[in-house]
Amino acid sequence: MRAMVYRGPYKIRVEEKPMPTIQHPNDAIIRVTTAAICGSDLHLYHGLMPDTRIGHTFGHEFIGVVEEVGPSVRNLTRGDRVMVPFNVYCGSCYYCARGLFSNCHNVNPNATAVGGIYGYSHTTGGYDGGQAEFVRVPFADVGPTIIPDWMDSEDAVLLTDALATGYFGAQLGDIVEGDTVVVFGAGPVGLFAAKSSWLMGAGRVIVIDHLEYRLEKARVFAQAETFNFAEYDDIIVEMKRTTDYLGADVVIDAVGAEADGSFLQQVTGTKLKLQGGSPVALNWAIDSVRKGGTVSVVGAYGPIFSAVKFGDALNKGLTLRMNQTPVKRQWPRLFEHIRNGYLKPNDIVTHRIPLEHIAEGYHMFSAKLDGCIKPLIIADPS
Amino acid sequence: MSSSTPSTPYVANKPRDIPSAEALRARIPGWGVDLDPKDRPSYPREVFDPAGTGAHWDYPEEQQGREGRERSIEHGQLTPVFGTSAPLHGVSGSIRRYAYRYGEGRAAHWLILLAGDRVDAWGAHLRSFASLRPDNPVTETGILAERRRHGIASRVGRKRVDVNHLWIDPIVVAGPWVAATAGAALAARAIARRARR
Repeated sequence: MRAMVYRGPYKIRVEEKPMPTIQHPNDAIIRVTTAAICGSDLHLYHGLMPDTRIGHTFGHEFIGVVEEVGPSVRNLTRGDRVMVPFNVYCGSCYYCARGLFSNCHNVNPNATAVGGIYGYSHTTGGYDGGQAEFVRVPFADVGPTIIPDWMDSEDAVLLTDALATGYFGAQLGDIVEGDTVVVFGAGPVGLFAAKSSWLMGAGRVIVIDHLEYRLEKARVFAQAETFNFAEYDDIIVEMKRTTDYLGADVVIDAVGAEADGSFLQQVTGTKLKLQGGSPVALNWAIDSVRKGGTVSVVGAYGPIFSAVKFGDALNKGLTLRMNQTPVKRQWPRLFEHIRNGYLKPNDIVTHRIPLEHIAEGYHMFSAKLDGCIKPLIIADPS
Repeated sequence: MSSSTPSTPYVANKPRDIPSAEALRARIPGWGVDLDPKDRPSYPREVFDPAGTGAHWDYPEEQQGREGRERSIEHGQLTPVFGTSAPLHGVSGSIRRYAYRYGEGRAAHWLILLAGDRVDAWGAHLRSFASLRPDNPVTETGILAERRRHGIASRVGRKRVDVNHLWIDPIVVAGPWVAATAGAALAARAIARRARR
């Protein structure tokens, strides 16, 4: 089969790989139809995530058609169109039994601090991802769901991570009616977090980025106020000013490890890999939220230490909430919101790229060229 | 004493310039449909419902091929299911296996894994030169997207702060190769000089 493979930092290619096989009775093999490149894939692409091995196939956002199922699979049959949450999870461990699907303890031998994720290095279990023609999906009776007939395929692939994560990020903020919500990052997750904040009753939604074309999207897609931090000497002071020097009630970090805004943090965090990423957005979140407020973190960080301003978080009495998203818990409600027209996920898709051209897709997304917000990978043009 | 009235947060009740619920509902489709925090999908954070996940086992059957599979020493056992994307091999495999002697709380664990990653990449590049498909930095970096996807127009005059550190990327990508080539050239020259003496 054809699959994207990692060849070292900033280098990937498409090559022939052996077909994935059933390795567990509850496995399924999925023929991928559409995948996506996620902002967090860029952490792997840039060599930030420890134990990212040569030959690994990325991709934790994908949908497809069931090609084969293991002998214990009950809920899926060959030919079903399915969407697959980015979490690999067993459904029966201590954490899964409590709904913490992203923290499953039965699927990732390489680390206890993170659950299983498709195509996201051996630090999350060593599972090949969906930027390929076929992919192995463990626990087929637990994670995948048949795509409803009424659902658009592109909406389905965005539900496997970006939309679910943005919506989850807004929930972690514990928004109450009239809250001022600041979202750092106008990428896919930030846009969905901003949009979701309205559904939870926010009174103001402010999105911050330095890419003007993404801020324009935030204004149109998420009806948000926007600030370009490159235009201000100190974006924190600007956030205080615009909130009458109170600060935001809730701040969502939808940027994660590759945040811009501090040259020193960028170089030490993402170029030299001396931190688990550049925590600029997280520090700005801590400093721009009001005392007693809530910071929600859904931007991804690496497992190594980062230079976070924890003293400010303590002294301000903040609530810090974060997790990888338990995707399937979000789906029933998000299905309703899409069906009711409150959310139209594929409005943020900007590029549709054949699998064979994925190296240029990664560079375009990484370098933020051509107005790129969300690139999809078309594995099966038919 | 100041003549102006102190504003929030210097007084308790802040007059905030927030539109009414009716105005927001009229402007934003779906505004407030998830208003009740207790009626949101991830509330409460933990809900004990093992029967609701789709799992029909108390403990999953164990996947085959468990011998030699590396695992965190913070795990009490090898997990019943695991990925098989790229098994450990060669020098990088030995480095990574050594890293797994350290717990996840130790910087050594992660830094040694990163060292293994770099050795893995260099080894793969060298091996590729002895294969029918050597690594091609032009196609594999996707750098041609700079021309096809308007690299200059996407950056110039856009006030993008990432332009400040753009120059570092080629050094990160090509620097180790330039340094290794220069080192090899110096070593070859030294050997040649010694042989001439």
